[in-house]
Amino acid sequence: MYDLFLAPFVEFDFMRRALVGTLALALSGAPIGVFLILRRMSLTGDAMAHAILPGAAIGYLFAGLSLGAMTAGGLIAGFVVALASGAVARFTALREDASLAAFYLISLALGVTIVSLRGSNVDLLHVLFGSVLALDDATFVLLAIIASLTLIGLAALYRPLVMETIDPSFLNSVRPHAGGVAQVLFLALVVLNLVGGFHALGTLLAVGLMMLPAASARLWARDMTAMLGLSVLFALLASYLGLVASYQTGVPTGPMIILAAGALYFISLVFGRSSGLMRLWRREQHLEG
Amino acid sequence: MGGGVCSFVGGGMSVALQLNDVTLGYERHPAVHHLTGSIARGELLAICGPNGAGKSTLLKALSGALEPLGGQLAWQDCTARDIAFLPQMVEIDRSFPITVFDMVAMGDWQRSGLFGSIGRRAKQATFDAIARVGLTGLEDRLIGTLSGGQMQRMLFARLVMQDAAILLLDEPFTALDANTTEDLLDLIAQWHQQGRTVIAVLHDFDLVRQHFPRTLLLARECVAWGDTQETLSALNLAQARHMVEAFDRDAMICARVA
Repeated sequence: MYDLFLAPFVEFDFMRRALVGTLALALSGAPIGVFLILRRMSLTGDAMAHAILPGAAIGYLFAGLSLGAMTAGGLIAGFVVALASGAVARFTALREDASLAAFYLISLALGVTIVSLRGSNVDLLHVLFGSVLALDDATFVLLAIIASLTLIGLAALYRPLVMETIDPSFLNSVRPHAGGVAQVLFLALVVLNLVGGFHALGTLLAVGLMMLPAASARLWARDMTAMLGLSVLFALLASYLGLVASYQTGVPTGPMIILAAGALYFISLVFGRSSGLMRLWRREQHLEG
Repeated sequence: MGGGVCSFVGGGMSVALQLNDVTLGYERHPAVHHLTGSIARGELLAICGPNGAGKSTLLKALSGALEPLGGQLAWQDCTARDIAFLPQMVEIDRSFPITVFDMVAMGDWQRSGLFGSIGRRAKQATFDAIARVGLTGLEDRLIGTLSGGQMQRMLFARLVMQDAAILLLDEPFTALDANTTEDLLDLIAQWHQQGRTVIAVLHDFDLVRQHFPRTLLLARECVAWGDTQETLSALNLAQARHMVEAFDRDAMICARVA
């Protein structure tokens, strides 16, 4: 047991780093995922993750695999796409999902093109799938800052976001414009987390550590508080199990972490207490009143 | 008559709201045309009219959520904080995992804001509001499990929590049974006694005649505005129906622009 679950982290510095890094990501990403799901923006997260790629790629084009340049590029690209697709949805006949899809497909193609202009396939793989086993100190600090900002931000936005999701006209009547401001700040947090996740898990998988634990939590939890707690728990568990499995089998770590989150999702799908499939099969006797 | 002065508050009563030649609409197409009049503080007013008459649009504008295309609309001595607005039920996401208690406690927003805790007093007020609408015992239920009537009772409890001087209700009794309607009408009567201004969009003329002293009959323009019994005459109702049917889709620029 010790060899299986603890030894890799005791023996290897890079495994400890990977663990702490993904734990930070899990801590902030999972609550973001909960809000994305409840606000019916699950695919928005996915689209934004793709949209970040060309920004990071341009940073890469100028500075190679530099943390600062790629982070700045990713943040800028993320905000531009978020605002642009919001504007397109507002001023044209296209709905937000269609306009996001258009932007992210263009972004993805652009990003891959830019990376292949200069780099090797190895670099492309690094950008697409991350490098969780090679986190340096600077990346560490970045992940910690993002996690802290996210938790503080979500605490501040909690009430307006919840109210805007359930009953936007009510929030608008008690505090005009609060809903719009909350939405923009929330999107900023989403971009921030995706950029952080992209260093560890890559642009394509970063969103997995947000959505899968949150979706799993929805199947167990009855209310918002439990859902937030459970989603973080699932994300932490998936990070740990993914790292262990990756170490023991030699399979790439990023995909392994997301697969672990996926396994938790399937278990939740079947056994989830609140709305899992088993519930249909058990057919509990109804109560008297 | 259309577009003319419909109602002015009699002497001695203080004016809560002044409408001066107000035109409301979306993308230049007016939904409410050249409306002038005033509403007194503490008034219990029904807004009636056929579908598409602009009733909800007017209520939205009164709540401050919609800027007039023309004219002035001014609440006297009151800010947005004093207005509580109950829109039609369809806009609420019932799948969101939130309890009845939390939903009603939202009404405390003006006091608790972003971070303020829901203290013991607000908690008690929430329980009292829930009790006032007859939902005691359902505090921990998720809103998705409520019936239509219970849902509307809960939203009225949130209005109680808001403790606002002006209440705007958009079709509050649609699809409710007689029992629920009666309980909620009782609450509205109580608000009226407490001196609050209550304005409700309603379809049921009999209900309006029984419970609302004053009525605005709207058909994109003001048909009649004043004492309910006179306003809801057969002649006025027939005229209201006729005016909405005549709505012109390819309208020219209004020649009556001042």
